[in-house]
Amino acid sequence: MSEPVTDGELVRRVKVGELEAFELLAGRYSRKVYSLARRIVQQEQDAQDVTQQTFLSALEHLDGFREEASFSTWLLRVATHAALKVIRKRKGLPTVSLEANTEPQEGYDTVPHPEYIADWRESPEQLVGRNETSRLIDEALQELDEKHRAIFLLRDVEGLSVKETADALGISEANVKVRLLRARLQLRERLTQKFGDPERRFQPHQHVETASL
Amino acid sequence: MKCEELLAMLNEYVDGGIDPGVCEQFEKHLVGCNPCQVVVDNIRKTITLYKAGEVYELPVAFRNQLQSALRAKWAETRGSSK
Repeated sequence: MSEPVTDGELVRRVKVGELEAFELLAGRYSRKVYSLARRIVQQEQDAQDVTQQTFLSALEHLDGFREEASFSTWLLRVATHAALKVIRKRKGLPTVSLEANTEPQEGYDTVPHPEYIADWRESPEQLVGRNETSRLIDEALQELDEKHRAIFLLRDVEGLSVKETADALGISEANVKVRLLRARLQLRERLTQKFGDPERRFQPHQHVETASL
Repeated sequence: MKCEELLAMLNEYVDGGIDPGVCEQFEKHLVGCNPCQVVVDNIRKTITLYKAGEVYELPVAFRNQLQSALRAKWAETRGSSK
């Protein structure tokens, strides 16, 4: 068995003119890019468009890829940009985000307190792989706005660091952290309403309630 | 440490990047606070569930379309070296 060729080696081969090397990279990452796109744009045709744009753009700009980040992180960044652009277009907003220049620091005071607190009836291992679970986690994800959705997906599903997520979205690391917390708490709330055991439910502590009155 | 202070540090605690001194306070709070314990556990399970979520397969027609588009782009930008 020969060692699998690294992404870095394939990137070098593309740069010297091997199309096959790029096709191998596309084969490695097309499902990852398509899955991320599906989850951000929540629509199959748009996800295909985003995936195609991502690989075309990667092919076009590969010479400018400086290999500081891994190829997959770079690709996910390109895909996230394309996906958010599709959403802005859908909403009739300008497709160039001005957020990076105008972005205010978001505070923790707007982070919602947990309301429905209960132990889950089953473990994630038991829940995973069921159609019902996939449907419920997709629904919960859809309820997040795209900014929070993209951050949660890049950081918690794709495993990018806070800095890589911030770079991918052109926002500050501090805002990545606050938004990630909001996203996690909102998803926790929704999923616990579905998977929580009402008989093992806890009321939030008194001082939390007093503070939020 | 109050519940809401714990909330602000939840990411660092769950991701393992918390300052050791703060971590001690955090865990001291958890010992005496069932709701916060359960929230931390719920969050961990939430993340696990999404991480383990399904990967979408590309529809076959789209896979072919993507390959053609890449080849066309290659021919356009790199000439007909292939």
